[in-house]
Amino acid sequence: MNQLFPEQWHYHVAPHISAFVKWLVLAWGPFFEAISNMVLVMLLQVEGFLKWVPWWGWIIIITFIAWRQTGNLVKTLLPGILIFTIGFFGLWEVAMETLGIVFVAVFISLVVGIPMGIAMSSSDRFNAINTPLLDAMQTMPSLVYLIPALMLFGLGKVPGVFATVIYSLPPVVRLTNLGIRQVSQEVQEAALVFGASKWQMMKEVRFPLAMPTIMAGINQTTMLALSMVVIASMIGAGGLGEEVLKATNRVDVGKGFEAGWAIVVLAIVIDRITQAAAKRWDTPSEMKN
Amino acid sequence: MTNTNPIVEINGLWKLFGKTPVDFDPKDMDSYNDSTSDETVIAVKDVSFEVKQGEVFVIMGLSGSGKSTLIRCIPRLVGPTSGEIQINGRDVLQMDDNELIDFRRHETAMVFQHYGLLPHRDVLENVSFGLKLRGVAAEEREERARNAIARVGLDGWEHYYPTQLSGGMRQRVGIARALVQETDILLMDEPFSGLDPLIRREMQETLVQLQAEDNKTIIFVTHDLGEAARLGDRMAVMKQGEFVQQGTPEEIINNPVDEYVERFVSDQRSFLSGHKRRSSVGMSLRTRSERHSTAMAAPAPLTALRR
Repeated sequence: MNQLFPEQWHYHVAPHISAFVKWLVLAWGPFFEAISNMVLVMLLQVEGFLKWVPWWGWIIIITFIAWRQTGNLVKTLLPGILIFTIGFFGLWEVAMETLGIVFVAVFISLVVGIPMGIAMSSSDRFNAINTPLLDAMQTMPSLVYLIPALMLFGLGKVPGVFATVIYSLPPVVRLTNLGIRQVSQEVQEAALVFGASKWQMMKEVRFPLAMPTIMAGINQTTMLALSMVVIASMIGAGGLGEEVLKATNRVDVGKGFEAGWAIVVLAIVIDRITQAAAKRWDTPSEMKN
Repeated sequence: MTNTNPIVEINGLWKLFGKTPVDFDPKDMDSYNDSTSDETVIAVKDVSFEVKQGEVFVIMGLSGSGKSTLIRCIPRLVGPTSGEIQINGRDVLQMDDNELIDFRRHETAMVFQHYGLLPHRDVLENVSFGLKLRGVAAEEREERARNAIARVGLDGWEHYYPTQLSGGMRQRVGIARALVQETDILLMDEPFSGLDPLIRREMQETLVQLQAEDNKTIIFVTHDLGEAARLGDRMAVMKQGEFVQQGTPEEIINNPVDEYVERFVSDQRSFLSGHKRRSSVGMSLRTRSERHSTAMAAPAPLTALRR
């Protein structure tokens, strides 16, 4: 006796989803092409700038930032040395391509995510609707949405950017929402009693007080975007991810390590810089008395 | 000078938390008894009082008696269930959103027990915050804020952040922030309850002094009868959402209407007698009118400033 799910009850949504995406491609083709072109222009600009600054320029800039933020000799020199190793492995150019994709993806995530987080913090209903959506975005295997991204935007960097946005958007949305919801009721009450309008409350009280949490979200979004580069390279996004992919196909452990190392280095350096930037928003620490 | 016209007039104010019974009718006193369930909490129960121009009205009660809810009803931080709040002849409960914001900006200012200061702004910015909300230009804002900061004795601390200040100093910032608004009405929700006794005493003196200069209409919430007597022209004792007794502090101290009020009074007496045994410093439960008469005989610098 077969106790598996009865076969006559099988029903597939797959054809409908495929049909829907095909319809999107046909009916909304020009729309997606326009978006695609916009993102591409942005990408080229950012990438152009990243490559325009000479390698030693970046090392000087990063060392300077590290020095401003730490003042400690080892911590000042370390990021520069780490970045130097990327060039040493001959990965400088691809690293800049990766950075370009990451920056554009993070930029789009913030432009979409911060307003979305604000909206979620002010409406419990929107929060309830959006939370499972964000969960799905984070748990859905990324290869699944690479396929429609590919159909809508073609091969190359643009679908890579979109796949990266989908994967890296949730943390900034969640933490913006959380940060705003955590703002002390007493402070909000005080602002309200002095006649703060809704807009003033957001601009003067809620947003600035949520800023440290929002910055943590931005940091997380950036880290997730970086971790997406290998998968994005499967649809031709290029960059360091492609190096990892090539090494995997050739079972070249050494090359794989070098490219992986470069990704880790970028992550460490960006993490340090964004975390230090977040500190500026912390409220002054309590005086011991 | 004290004017006889009431500037604040509150009539039959109710605040129910939780589910409001459908057949709730404030005029029918029994209706809530029949229809309230465990889901409904009556925080303010048919409260009426009026406060005259330049008067200090103290609302006293234990925690949970509804006094904080009551004072929050006035600027509608808490929306009352029914009743009337007339301020300068206008009913606050009838105002639309814009009128309410305008009312809050220009007619009342409030001081909170836990200060409610903006942690990311320094003292100067905190004090000028209300003016900023009103849209006052930066220069004027700063000048008026500096003036208010000086009045509460915090000059030199303009660029410190709230977390760098002691509790008493933070509340001075809270008071300056309310003063700078130059409103007729000042609402104070247990402003000194979180401070240690010596600082509390000092803050009370500061308030008496400021009130002598400004002659504001103050509604002051406290759980301390001593504080109520020291500061209040008139007071009300609140219990489970109701006013059980209203009158001058002397009236209440001399004729407590029930056991609840009597408990406050006797507690205060025992504290004072204990205090006198230990110390020869004359600290007594003098009410404001008694102070007026002693001030006549031997003018102390602070009390003499009053009216």
